[in-house]
Amino acid sequence: MPNGHADTAHHPALQHHFDNLEQQQDAATFGMWVFLVTEVLFFGGMFMAYTLYRYWYPDGWVAASHHLNVLLGAFNTAVLIGSSLTMALAVRAGQLGERRGQVLFLVLTILLGAVFLGVKVVEYADKFEHHLVPGPNFLFDDARYARPAQIFFSVYFAMTGMHALHMIIGLGLLTWLLLNAIKGRFTREWNTPVEVVGLYWHFVDIIWIFLFPLLYLVGHH
Amino acid sequence: MSAHIAPRSLYFTIFGALMVLTGVTVGITYVDLGAASLPAAMVIAVFKATLVVLFFMHVRWSGRLVQVTVMTSLVFLGILFFHILSDYLTRGWLGVAGR
Repeated sequence: MPNGHADTAHHPALQHHFDNLEQQQDAATFGMWVFLVTEVLFFGGMFMAYTLYRYWYPDGWVAASHHLNVLLGAFNTAVLIGSSLTMALAVRAGQLGERRGQVLFLVLTILLGAVFLGVKVVEYADKFEHHLVPGPNFLFDDARYARPAQIFFSVYFAMTGMHALHMIIGLGLLTWLLLNAIKGRFTREWNTPVEVVGLYWHFVDIIWIFLFPLLYLVGHH
Repeated sequence: MSAHIAPRSLYFTIFGALMVLTGVTVGITYVDLGAASLPAAMVIAVFKATLVVLFFMHVRWSGRLVQVTVMTSLVFLGILFFHILSDYLTRGWLGVAGR
């Protein structure tokens, strides 16, 4: 039976309870996927709330959605899809053991993630300015829809806020990856952290793929 | 299993498809599709998510364990939506007092 201790020249990243790096990477990938399943249900609860309120207040949903900036939303969707591409390329560079490429693509991913959050700051500031943040100062131009619109914006801030929090955590993880990539810690044999953080980053992208049409694109025709 | 290394061109193709589909999603919002507009937007979103999962997240080349785990999330999501909607969407059907 091969194990970490019997082979004195094993890879420094290999933990003793795994037979080899391949098994270790499989376990890590599986672990991240199990976590992502719980994340699907975490966001699923909010999508469920969204579904019910939209079913109850279809007109209020349309009226409130018109106060979101489609152009900024579409721009951010493109930015996030772009960051998923650079993340996938960073993982690929890791598989090939290309350190320079990996550093470059991690930097690009971080930059695109920061652009997304920057646009989000602009959008949130605009909502505060126009009294569209739920609470005592909430004001809606069409009094008929004031109540459902407030619910819409509660859902909007809850979902995009949780999404943005995931982005911030993702940027932290990417920065940690970048520092290790610069130090040359990741090799062709071992780049598990890049692979696993990549899965997380793509998941956050998928959440936005659903949020964009559900929040920004309600009945514009 | 050793990791499958996809060609760079594949990632760019997927990226292109995702961008085009984003354009289509925005486009159909300005066309009056009536009741079909929400299902249409969701079909596109599900397709985009599938592309990301299969290629960017390597599930196409993953082992069975990971593939089954991914499908599990859909099962749980289905349970969540089915049981809650089967309650809320049918409450008006019988006209019972205190529904």
